[in-house]
Amino acid sequence: MSSTTAVKETQFTKQFAEFRSSLGGDASVADRETAFAFFEATGFPTVRDEDWKYTNVAPLVSEQWKIVSGGSSSPNDGVAAFNFRRNGFTALNMAFADVAVVRIPCDTSVIEPIELNFAAEDGSAIFPHVIVIAEAGSKATIVETYASSGRGFTDAAINILVEENANLTHFRVQKDSGESLNYGVTEVEVRGGAHYNSTNVNLGAAVSRHDIEVRFTAEGGEAWVDGLYMLNGNQHHDTHSTIDHTVPNCTSHQTYKGVINDNARGVFNGKVFVRENAHGTDAQQSNKNLLLSDSARVDTKPQLEIFNDDVKCSHGATVGQLEDEELFYLLARGLPADLAKNLLTYGFAEEVINKIGIDEIKTELDAMVLNRLGTEI
Amino acid sequence: MLLEIKDLHAGIEGKEILKGLNLQVNKGEVHAIMGPNGSGKSTLSKVLAGHPTYEVLSGTVMFDGKDLLELEPDERAREGVFMAFQYPVEVPGVSNSQFLRLAYNQKAVHQGQEELDPLEFNDFLKEKAKIVEMDPQFFKRSVNEGFSGGEKKRNEILQMAVLEPKLAILDETDSGLDIDALRIVAEGVNKLRSSENAIILVTHYQRLLNYIQPDFVHVLAGGKIVKEGGKELALELEEKGYDWVKGAAN
Repeated sequence: MSSTTAVKETQFTKQFAEFRSSLGGDASVADRETAFAFFEATGFPTVRDEDWKYTNVAPLVSEQWKIVSGGSSSPNDGVAAFNFRRNGFTALNMAFADVAVVRIPCDTSVIEPIELNFAAEDGSAIFPHVIVIAEAGSKATIVETYASSGRGFTDAAINILVEENANLTHFRVQKDSGESLNYGVTEVEVRGGAHYNSTNVNLGAAVSRHDIEVRFTAEGGEAWVDGLYMLNGNQHHDTHSTIDHTVPNCTSHQTYKGVINDNARGVFNGKVFVRENAHGTDAQQSNKNLLLSDSARVDTKPQLEIFNDDVKCSHGATVGQLEDEELFYLLARGLPADLAKNLLTYGFAEEVINKIGIDEIKTELDAMVLNRLGTEI
Repeated sequence: MLLEIKDLHAGIEGKEILKGLNLQVNKGEVHAIMGPNGSGKSTLSKVLAGHPTYEVLSGTVMFDGKDLLELEPDERAREGVFMAFQYPVEVPGVSNSQFLRLAYNQKAVHQGQEELDPLEFNDFLKEKAKIVEMDPQFFKRSVNEGFSGGEKKRNEILQMAVLEPKLAILDETDSGLDIDALRIVAEGVNKLRSSENAIILVTHYQRLLNYIQPDFVHVLAGGKIVKEGGKELALELEEKGYDWVKGAAN
C-alpha cells in the first residue's frame, strides 16, 4: 500500500542525514530522528486532511529547498514536550529545529521588547524553534517577526510557558515576501493567574498558515488571542486556533479580523473548548471579515464546545462588504469614494493594530496597511 | 441666490415622497422646515446631500450656480453643502482628528485653500472645539464610537465648524438631546451663523427654534410646502398642532 501512496520527500531525506551528522553526539539527535521518521511516514498535510482542506501547500513544498539550520540543544528543554506529531510541518520543524531559548527570570520585568527576527532567503528553508519560559511573576513583551525575501520557506514553532502570575505580551508579525511559504505553530500553556496577550498580524507570503493553541492549566489565567490577516492578489492565509479551558475560572478573548481583496483567500478556524470541570469560564470569540472584491473569499468556522453549564461564552463570525451608511457618511464629508473606502478598511484593520502598544511597530504596520490599500492619510 | 429648489419630486424605492417642493434660500438666512412625521423632511435632507437610496424623479436644485443633482455626494460636500446627520454613523478605528483633517484638506484643495499638516490642524481643531465645548480627548477617539447621543450631535456641529459650509442642513439635530446638550448645540450653530452662509433647520418640534431663531419657517406636509411665514409661524404651529396644516396638503 505504501508503495502507491506516500510521495517521498527525498530532498529532505538526504539533507537530514547530513544535518544529523553535523550535530555529532548532541542530546537532541534521538528526538530529531523520531520526528523525521514521523515526517517521512506522513509527509506534508494535504487537502484530504480535514484540518487542511482549504489550504493546499503541495505546489510550494514540492519545490527544491535548501535547508538552513544551526541545530543545537534539545527542542524539549524545559517545557512540556512539543507536539511534533501535529502534522508534517511540525515534525520537520522538530527534525531540523534551530533552537533558541528565552527565559524571563522569576519576578523580573523586562522593559525592552524581546525581538525574534526570522527570514528565509530565496530558495532556502528555515526551522526556527523558540522556547519561551516566562517564570512566575515575570513580565515581558516578545516581538516575533517573519520577513523572508524572494521565495523563502519558513517552518516555525514557538513553545511558550507562562508561569504563575506572569504577564507575557506577544506580537507575531508575518510580512514575508509575496512568493514565500510560511508555516508557524504557537503553543502556549497559561498557568494560574497568568496573563498571555497575543496579537498575530499576517500580511505577507503567498501561502501562510498559523496554528495557535492556548491551554489553561491552572485557575485564574487570562488570554487574548487576537489577529488580523490582510490579503490581496492570490495570497492565501489560514489561521487555526484552539483555546482550551481545561480548568475553572479562566478568561479568554479572541478577535480575529480579515481584509481580503482581489483573488485572495482567508481561512479562520477557531475552536474554543470548555472542559467538564471548567466552571466559571468566560470565553468570547469573534471573527469578522471584510471582502473587498467579488472574487475574494473566506471560509470561517468558529466552534465552541462546552461541557459545563456555569460558563459565559459567546462566539460569532461575520463576512461582509463595507457598510453603505458608513461610506455615505464619509462621502457626505467630502472624501472621494476611493479614499472613503480605504479609510473604512483601514479603520477595520486598526481595531487589531491599535492593540500594539509599541509605537515603532504600530507605525510600521499602519504604513503597511495603508500601502496595501494604496493610500496615505 | 444660494439654493433654489424648483418643483422637486423625489422618493425612495419607487414611492414618491416629495411632490413638487419649492424653496429659495439666500446667504445669511436661517430657514426652518417643520412638519409632521412622514411629511418628507428627512427625504429633503437626504436628497440634498445625495444619499444614494433616494431617487430624484423630476425638478431642479441649483446650488451656488451649479446643478446640485448632477454632483456626487462628495462633490456636493466639497462645494460647501453640509448635512448634520440625524443618526451620526460610528467609524471604528478611524480617529476623529484623522477623519476631520482628511475632510478639511479635501475641501481646502478643492476651494483653493492651503492644506494643514497634522500639527497645524490640531491647533485649528482645538479652536473649533471650543464652539461646541468639546474636550480635545475626543479627537483621539474613533469617530462617534461610544459617544452618547449628545456627544454625537456636538461632533456633527464640530464638523460643520471645521468644514465651514456655505449651506448647512441640520436634520433633526435636536432629536434625542437633553436640554443642556440642546443649548450647547444651538449656541454652536448660532456662533457659526454668518452673512456668508445659510442654514436649514429640519425639525419636528418648535423647541429648537427657541434657541436658533429662524428668518423663515416653512411647513412641509404631504411632500409639499403648505405654509410659510416668519418665526411666529412656529409658535402658532406649536399651539395648533400639525392637524391645522394637514388639510392644506390634500
